Amino acid sequence: MSTTLDRLHRGQTATVTALELEGAERRRLMDMGLLVGTTVSVDRVSPLGDPTAYRVRDGLLVLRRGQAHLVHVDLPEGDPT
Amino acid sequence: MTAADSSSNTSPACGDCVLNNASNLRKLGVDPAGHDIVTAVAGNPNTGKSTVFNALTGLRRHVGNWSGKTVDRAEGSFEYRRRRYKLVDLPGTYSLLSTSHDEDIARDFLLFGRPDVTVVVVDATRLERNLNLVLQILQITDRVVCALNLVDEAERNGLTVDSRHLTRELGVPVVPMTARRGTGMTELLEAVEQVTSGAITTRGKRVQHRDNRVEQAVSRLAERIEGKFPGVVNTRWIALRLLEGDPSVERAVADGTLGELSTAAVIAASSDGNTT
Repeated sequence: MSTTLDRLHRGQTATVTALELEGAERRRLMDMGLLVGTTVSVDRVSPLGDPTAYRVRDGLLVLRRGQAHLVHVDLPEGDPT
Repeated sequence: MTAADSSSNTSPACGDCVLNNASNLRKLGVDPAGHDIVTAVAGNPNTGKSTVFNALTGLRRHVGNWSGKTVDRAEGSFEYRRRRYKLVDLPGTYSLLSTSHDEDIARDFLLFGRPDVTVVVVDATRLERNLNLVLQILQITDRVVCALNLVDEAERNGLTVDSRHLTRELGVPVVPMTARRGTGMTELLEAVEQVTSGAITTRGKRVQHRDNRVEQAVSRLAERIEGKFPGVVNTRWIALRLLEGDPSVERAVADGTLGELSTAAVIAASSDGNTT
């Protein structure tokens, strides 16, 4: 199922399908290992849900909700959102 | 290898034996005297670059377990097997396509400072993310030694890295080590010595562009950059950045500072002490 990174809940794992960002911000995320095809899971969420820490290639990547919203992901079938 | 392994717990009699590699290291701190080989220490933030730097130079540059601690360049020297090395400790960076000032320092030095050899320190526990920078550096130089640091922590997490396989894949020596405890230091020095003396020829892995047209465009553009800025190194890298629309590189080409950038970095590399 296709959704965006900000919609995932804690513990959920998904695969990146597209990065809607451009320029330096896109570059930065790609340098941190977030590419199309990368597996991402929600590691921990701050009290108000923004920012959220994601686990990417054994590292932690913390994103603002606005950024996470621009990362399109695919959730495996049968995983309730 | 056995000599290297035993160097950490030798008896006094081994002191200056030729087989005791550790005795070949002389830490020179900040020594303004001449040097033969410029060695850059690069790597992602928080991988132990400064720890490696301190262990080799005997200096006590501030070491801390957080990202962005080293924001400028530090230099120190040491002597190994009668050759003098200048070590340049760079701020941590995830990429040569930098987005911040301290990353600019690392990028400019690696690209235009023309170090004789670059030691890329990688975190064994986050190897996948760290290899991005290794591959980027391998696109611009073959003279690289990969210091696979924090192997003790990786082992504690149940991870063992096949460094010989990784050496084959990357085409440059990969040295497992725990800089904090000094293990693997002699092997690192040996690898650096062999790469700079030409005892081993490295063939760094090059990333192939899937589309032939990209390759052609890069070659054509690189040629024009060479014509416009004679003496500038890594024109292919600059060409790729221009094609990608990197604003900082576009600016450097447009206002002509590209030529200055490379000469400035070379001058900085050959002068002494901190220039930042």
